[in-house]
Amino acid sequence: MAEAFWALGRATGVVSLVLFTVTVLLGILTRSGRPALGLPRFAVTLVHRNVSLLATVLVIIHVASLLADPYAQLRLVDVVVPFLGTAKPFWLGLGTFAFDLVLALVVTGLLRQRLGQRAFRFVHWFSYAMWPVAVLHTLGDGSDVGKSWLVLLLVLCVGSVLVSLAWRMSATFIEYQHTRFEEARR
Amino acid sequence: MTRQSLHIDWTACDGRGLCTELLGPLLVRDEWGYPRAAGYGSDVPIPGSFVADARDAVALCPRLALSLQEVRTPARS
Repeated sequence: MAEAFWALGRATGVVSLVLFTVTVLLGILTRSGRPALGLPRFAVTLVHRNVSLLATVLVIIHVASLLADPYAQLRLVDVVVPFLGTAKPFWLGLGTFAFDLVLALVVTGLLRQRLGQRAFRFVHWFSYAMWPVAVLHTLGDGSDVGKSWLVLLLVLCVGSVLVSLAWRMSATFIEYQHTRFEEARR
Repeated sequence: MTRQSLHIDWTACDGRGLCTELLGPLLVRDEWGYPRAAGYGSDVPIPGSFVADARDAVALCPRLALSLQEVRTPARS
């Protein structure tokens, strides 16, 4: 049974990292304000939200199954308080830190209407911290890091986020940026 | 009698265009991407058949620039 929990913990960890990567990519796409992948703008936003919630469910299964696995030596306190772990406390702590950030991002995302834009945006910027911390946790704590399929997957995840970040910071990122700049120059 | 009216907070609006997708012919995009309702400014009356779409637009506006308000209209004599 412990073997099953360990296998489930590893698998959901990898899948949630992939889904969080997709969430980041969709978030950047949402911010650009463009319709994409054959979807209108509001649908891109909804897919961003739904994929992020799916990733969150998977990361909860990831944590719960490793709590149930005796070899992982995970205690309840390690779920919320980082860097107290027994095995690889630093790399586990990064996972805990990322998990805390995910919870904050989900709660503020779902309560956006009540919190207001300012508080929502402040917390939402932390997604740019959450994702690299989750990648580092995978690299330091992942049992399959030496395997070529995971290396390839991580290269694809990091590469795609770096490319979209470059686009995010480029001058043509916002849909109407060109028109608005032209107008301002007159 | 009450009617729904969509209020656009122009200080928050960034012209991201989600509302113009959801509220098709009611709102159109101007040349800078901002929503425009023919004949109206910041408060756009929403016909009954558009209320559900207007609620979606309020919920999904990335800048929280939209709100639905009930407007009292005098009964016709």
